[in-house]
Amino acid sequence: MTDLELYKKELLAQGAEKIFTKTKNLTDTPFSYCGGCGHGVAHRLIMEAIEELDITHQTIGVAPVGCSVIAYDFMNIDVQQAAHGRAPAVATGIKRTMPDKYVFTYQGDGDLAAIGTGETIHACNRGENIAIFFINNGIYGMTGGQMAPTTLPGMVSSTSPYGRNMDTHGYPLSLTELVAKLPGTYYVTRQSVHTPANVRKCKKAIITAFENQKLNKGVSFVEIVSNCNSGWKMTPVEANKWMEENMFRSYPLGDIKLPQ
Amino acid sequence: MGAEIQLMKGNEAIAEAAIRAGADAYFGYPITPQSEIIEYLAHEDPYNKRTGMVVLQAESEIAAINMVYGAAACGKKAMTSSSSPGISLKQEGISYMVGAELPGLIVNVARGGPGLGTIQPGQADYFQTVKGGGHGDYNMIVLAPSTVQEQYDHVGLGFDLAFKYRNPVMILSDGAIGQMMEKVQLSPQKPREQKIYDWATTGKTPDRERNYITSLFLEAEIQERKNIQLQEKFKRMKESEVRYEEIMTKDADYILVAYGISARISESVIDIARKNGIKLGLLRPITLWPFPSQRIFELAERIKGILCVEMSAGQMIEDVQLAVQGKIEVKHYGRMGGSIASPSEVYNNFISLFLK
Repeated sequence: MTDLELYKKELLAQGAEKIFTKTKNLTDTPFSYCGGCGHGVAHRLIMEAIEELDITHQTIGVAPVGCSVIAYDFMNIDVQQAAHGRAPAVATGIKRTMPDKYVFTYQGDGDLAAIGTGETIHACNRGENIAIFFINNGIYGMTGGQMAPTTLPGMVSSTSPYGRNMDTHGYPLSLTELVAKLPGTYYVTRQSVHTPANVRKCKKAIITAFENQKLNKGVSFVEIVSNCNSGWKMTPVEANKWMEENMFRSYPLGDIKLPQ
Repeated sequence: MGAEIQLMKGNEAIAEAAIRAGADAYFGYPITPQSEIIEYLAHEDPYNKRTGMVVLQAESEIAAINMVYGAAACGKKAMTSSSSPGISLKQEGISYMVGAELPGLIVNVARGGPGLGTIQPGQADYFQTVKGGGHGDYNMIVLAPSTVQEQYDHVGLGFDLAFKYRNPVMILSDGAIGQMMEKVQLSPQKPREQKIYDWATTGKTPDRERNYITSLFLEAEIQERKNIQLQEKFKRMKESEVRYEEIMTKDADYILVAYGISARISESVIDIARKNGIKLGLLRPITLWPFPSQRIFELAERIKGILCVEMSAGQMIEDVQLAVQGKIEVKHYGRMGGSIASPSEVYNNFISLFLK
């Protein structure tokens, strides 16, 4: 018996009802994301949702370019890695030729809202029967904290060192509100994973996004507003506080489009 | 039942061949001079009326090649087509497909460039097609049809080779072959295979490890190992996939080397030369990569000179020069920017370059 198993046994003997178990859909590779980053939680929720819906054998994921380019190191399911921004096109190729499968993309804000704007809008507008999970932390994390399309006004990044200036850098772009207006999207919601309550809500949204694929009604689009404490140059606690006070003002949480 | 023969445009032949080859999907974006491919497929509507083959007009050439990537990574026979400027856009996706070892068919019905260029036929895409227009060390088999029949046949062959090596294959055609009408002997309908490949992402079942399709290898050692493995694959292609045709080379003193529409013109040049008592032959590469270098090297042992006929400033000529290793003179004649040389024009230039 391993130490972990012994510990579990001890807890059960003490009267614990349920012990957290890692989903089989995550590999044993430890997350290499920065401490405090939301990617790990988001990965876990998606993998748990797939296991709970019992659709592992029918699910194909698409990983982007960005911090989560290595998502398939952690996701113990069939995954394709796409070129920067192209995940919705790749997912289209999968879903059109494998219509019985559950297909999702996992994309950051640079991937989805900058270089992949065209692919995102058109996949949504065609009503591809896929789920798009969009992690928005307002910065390019992987490349070292450059300005993203979602970077807030005045926010400092390595390519906006004096703060985002709308006169020269343009305005923050919210693709989530934009795609909600398209007839091809069926379900559009904005969630976060920074508190246990938000984690539970977010998981529900993820499950809904997968279940919707059975209906063949179009894209389910789940934005997860997250932090990037490394890129924001903050501690994880400061980053979450800053996110609540600033990110949520520009990117308010809640459902944006619900099935009619 | 007699052979099924039809008069078809080169572009239509590609589309019909794709359906009959049992392709699973076509993703494309309109561009002259190849839009008849997607138009023909849209009209035939194979998804509903014939084989269940998916036909989708993408929002860009980039999206189209990435749709091919997604389908190919599921083990599907997927293809796209475009013309020169659109192929430039697809190069990113092609490099990713090679890196991720995905099969797929890309058709380039080339036009004159650079830039937006002209919609008239061109052969100035040799470099971007044969030398790898995308980033990284890679090769892919490039088929160069010179008739509408061959264009038709290369679709099935292209898919077979793509799956044999798990590497994209390109058909490098041109606006002339794409637009001309010729007789085509159609092949019987092949079923869509619906095969489950052990490497493909089809949903992880408990009896196997997960499959992940990627071209990302962050550690230098692993990336280098991957590159060595790819190079070994390219070597195998070089050893077994060279294809070419020879016309009247047996007694030739000089030969023309030309592919695609230029090879058709060159055949007429040979007729003129032979009538004038000049022993001229033709070597027509059918695969531009791998290139028939060995055969050209052998021919160079006993001929006096080679004229490369290309509708470019001279691109394939570099491979011919490499093949002959300085043994004989290699010269170029070609028109550019969508202009097509006439046989007599090529003949006269051959005479002045070699026999005056």
